[in-house]
Amino acid sequence: MKWDEFFVTGDPFIYAADASIVFTSIGIVFVLTYYKKWKWLWSEWLTTVDHKKIGIMYIIAAVLMLFRGGVDALLMRAQITAPGSEILKSQHYNEIFTTHGTIMIIFMAMPFLIGLINFAVPLQIGARDVAYPYLNAVSFWTFFFGAMLFNISFVIGGSPSAGWTSYVPLAGEELSPGPGQNYYLLGLQIAGIGTLLTGINFLVTILKMRAPGMSIIRMPMFTWSTLITMILIIFAFPVLTVALALMTFDRLFGSHFLTLADGGLPMLWLNLFWIWGHPEVYIVILPAFGIFSEIISTFARKTLFGYKAMVWSMVSIAGLSFIVWVHHFFTMGANAVVNSFFSITTMAIAIPTGVKIFNWLFTLYKGRIKITSAMLWSLAFIPNFTIGGVTGVMLAMAAADYQYHNTYFLVSHFHYVLISGTVFACFAGLYFWYPKMFGHRLNERIGKWSFWLFMIGFNVCFFPMYFLGLDGMPRRIYTYEWADGWFDLNVVATIGAIGMAIGFVLLIYNIYWSFRYAERETTGDPWDGRTLEWSTHTPVPFYNFAIIPEVSGLDAYSRMKRDPAQEKKKEYKPIHMPNYSGKPIFMSVAFFISGFGLVFEWWWMAILGLIGVLAMLLLRSFDYDDGYYVPVDEVERIEKSYE
Amino acid sequence: MNILKKQSKFILGLISLIIITFISGCNDLAVLDPKGPVALQQKDLIMLSIGFMLFIVLVVFVLFTFMIVRYRERPENADYEPPQDEGSKVLELIWTAIPVLIVIALAVPTVKTIYALEEPPKAPSHKNPVVVHATSVDWKWIFTYPEENIETVNYLNIPEDRPILFKLTSADSMAALWIPQLGGQEYNMAGMETELYLQADEPGTYNGRNANFTGEGFAKQKFTVTAQTEEDYEQWVEEAQSARKLTQEKYNELMKKEIYTDELTFSSTHLEWVDHAKQADYAVKVRKGIDPEKDKQEENDSHHGSHH
Ligand code: HEM
Ligand SMILES: [Cu+2]
Repeated sequence: MKWDEFFVTGDPFIYAADASIVFTSIGIVFVLTYYKKWKWLWSEWLTTVDHKKIGIMYIIAAVLMLFRGGVDALLMRAQITAPGSEILKSQHYNEIFTTHGTIMIIFMAMPFLIGLINFAVPLQIGARDVAYPYLNAVSFWTFFFGAMLFNISFVIGGSPSAGWTSYVPLAGEELSPGPGQNYYLLGLQIAGIGTLLTGINFLVTILKMRAPGMSIIRMPMFTWSTLITMILIIFAFPVLTVALALMTFDRLFGSHFLTLADGGLPMLWLNLFWIWGHPEVYIVILPAFGIFSEIISTFARKTLFGYKAMVWSMVSIAGLSFIVWVHHFFTMGANAVVNSFFSITTMAIAIPTGVKIFNWLFTLYKGRIKITSAMLWSLAFIPNFTIGGVTGVMLAMAAADYQYHNTYFLVSHFHYVLISGTVFACFAGLYFWYPKMFGHRLNERIGKWSFWLFMIGFNVCFFPMYFLGLDGMPRRIYTYEWADGWFDLNVVATIGAIGMAIGFVLLIYNIYWSFRYAERETTGDPWDGRTLEWSTHTPVPFYNFAIIPEVSGLDAYSRMKRDPAQEKKKEYKPIHMPNYSGKPIFMSVAFFISGFGLVFEWWWMAILGLIGVLAMLLLRSFDYDDGYYVPVDEVERIEKSYE
Repeated sequence: MNILKKQSKFILGLISLIIITFISGCNDLAVLDPKGPVALQQKDLIMLSIGFMLFIVLVVFVLFTFMIVRYRERPENADYEPPQDEGSKVLELIWTAIPVLIVIALAVPTVKTIYALEEPPKAPSHKNPVVVHATSVDWKWIFTYPEENIETVNYLNIPEDRPILFKLTSADSMAALWIPQLGGQEYNMAGMETELYLQADEPGTYNGRNANFTGEGFAKQKFTVTAQTEEDYEQWVEEAQSARKLTQEKYNELMKKEIYTDELTFSSTHLEWVDHAKQADYAVKVRKGIDPEKDKQEENDSHHGSHH
């Protein structure tokens, strides 16, 4: 490979990106050196195994990815607004919608939620950390370096361009030669390791580490949603692993699992992809349901309406999500029995979803609703998500789906559920837990501006797309003609997209403004919270709870506040904590090197990287580090400092 | 309180205005302007579902507006302590049962339509279907009329009031044949054959295209459909039958992966030497300069070999 093929050349956008990457990197290195922060960065963050810090790092990475994916989106809107524009060439447009979709689902939505889960769930169940803190760091760093590997594709070697669904034969070696598709395969594979480990880690954490008295039906709803999500991850992600491996083998080693020639089965990819893919969309919505449940209940000042129904509906959604995957290819020509079966199972998902909507509505009933920014996002979720849900039911009707499939109608459906579901939940959760994370609230005024711009922009952007779809506009076309008559609605959509972009920028500005000027938060309980995370200090001491709380029912902290009789007994004991470690980040760098080598089929590099991974595994196996105890007088000293 | 009510009235008014504007534009939308029985059945199903869905949306929006207007925190109710009710069996049963009924009400016509679309459309005539093999190639469409022994590229002529039985396949990436005003899409897959019935009720030209992403030339992979009266169609067939013959050499040129928008007519078909539904790698081999015929022979031999 020649150097001018190695670096992507010839496009002003790419040169601008190159320049911004170089300048940002230089800027970061300069700031860290100038303020002598290297050691701090290494010993406080890069080697941490503390679930709170890992959560925050997940969220920072996810916000960066949201920015990248958002820029992709704006570029697409710019190109597609008017018929026949040539802002982007076809190939470039294809690369951008591929990276947009992949980044938003895999490197934005999931990490953002996993970040909030990491931060809040151990606190909600009254634990001092997760079950496997070291593994948690491995999860984060493999996700991070998987994401980096995927992201560098647009300046080095070229991005994948076969869509986030990467259907073969298009994504195969014959029709998509070169490193682009390899980046997709290896980036997802490496990040997928992290996700699977998170699944195992939090499953065990929630099952084994709850505070005394917190039986499974006293768990906060966010914890419940996390538990169910982790089970989905454990069942779904191995399928993705296998699917990615099959395509990787085909592309790198000349096997014929999915090829056109020699008896490959392209349809195998579609099936495996969606057997993972449909549960995946629920992996990014169930935690969102959990977040909304917490926030709505907190700011309506009422316990959640129909707790058990909320749990059961999530369990049935999770179960059903494994038997609906064929709805992504009703148009494959399967017979009427198959399509009827999957139509009905898919529509059935709407039943538990509907139950949840009404339970949220009735949580508001007779409440005293305080409209904060976090609550605004959560309230807006209800009507917007309903629109996404009912159009989902329309798509589920196979005979009608032959007309919607592959069109902007579908594009609108999944943005309605993913944005008003997942993205609103991420923002709501960020506003909600922000004071716990950083010791100050986000500004409400900026928050409200940001919300209204984003929410209205979102509807202006995506609502017209239902009509574009019904007018025959297919998804993923990079251009169309005046005669198609899709210009007006596309202009509207682009205006909406700009509104969303401004809303996002305001959110970031809010973070900056509040960091500089917001009043510091000292009570630890700024919202009159109901669950245990609000019962500990802000900022949260590294051991979370000096004394593990005892739980006497749902909304554990509300109960404690109502019944202060059971005043905390101040008898401290030594606290066992895990040690920080640099191995997870080293191992993930080794994965990155190996992945990069495989992308370009530089075998020496791939093998070198794998040796690095193995070395780290070996080192870890002979590591007898059992952590350490925080002595009682230190706990006392720290607890005093909060008074 | 009054301001709030006015506000929410204003918002509701605005929303209904927007919805009405969109709905009044509906008749111009291709999918909702069917020109054949297949698209018509789909439109009916779509309209039925929209009716139910608007009902659900209305119920949720009204309840939602009521809750946030009525129970919002205000200075007057600052000391109000909400009751901590944990749920209601009756209410929860109601809102489980109603969605169940709606799903059943939608499932029945859905399943009926799924089955109906497997058969040639009955209304308004019972004529034998015209068989057309539609083959997608990156990035063009090839239509083969085996009974008439003609083949066209990038355009499709059909008689009105007669079912068309499409036999779909692909030479390379997976595509989807879609003519919105005649009916929904179906995948074209190499090495496989899928079937799709469509029918036009009236003469006219309709847009047809590939709906499934196939890479660089995807946006340009379109074709025009002309539905003609029986006589016009017969006449066109006759003319086409006197066009030049399709040679394998010419055909192999069409296998090239490139955007190709010319319309061509031939008086013989590629089915003489290849059916992509049976030989998935034909185009791949042609592009690599491997003689697909020779290889097929060898492959057959080796298969025989392995049987012994
Ligand atoms: C009421 C519940 C839902 C139903 C009945 C439903 C139904 C469907 C159906 C039938 C499709 C396939 C349509 C087609 O390809 O022609 C689809 C696509 C999709 N849905 Fe949903 N859905 C629901 C909720 C959700 C949720 C909660 C999410 C995620 C947060 C989601 C995300 C997606 C995505 C990402 C796709 C398209 C993926 C792609 O092709 O790129 N859906 N949905
Ligand atoms: Cu799905």
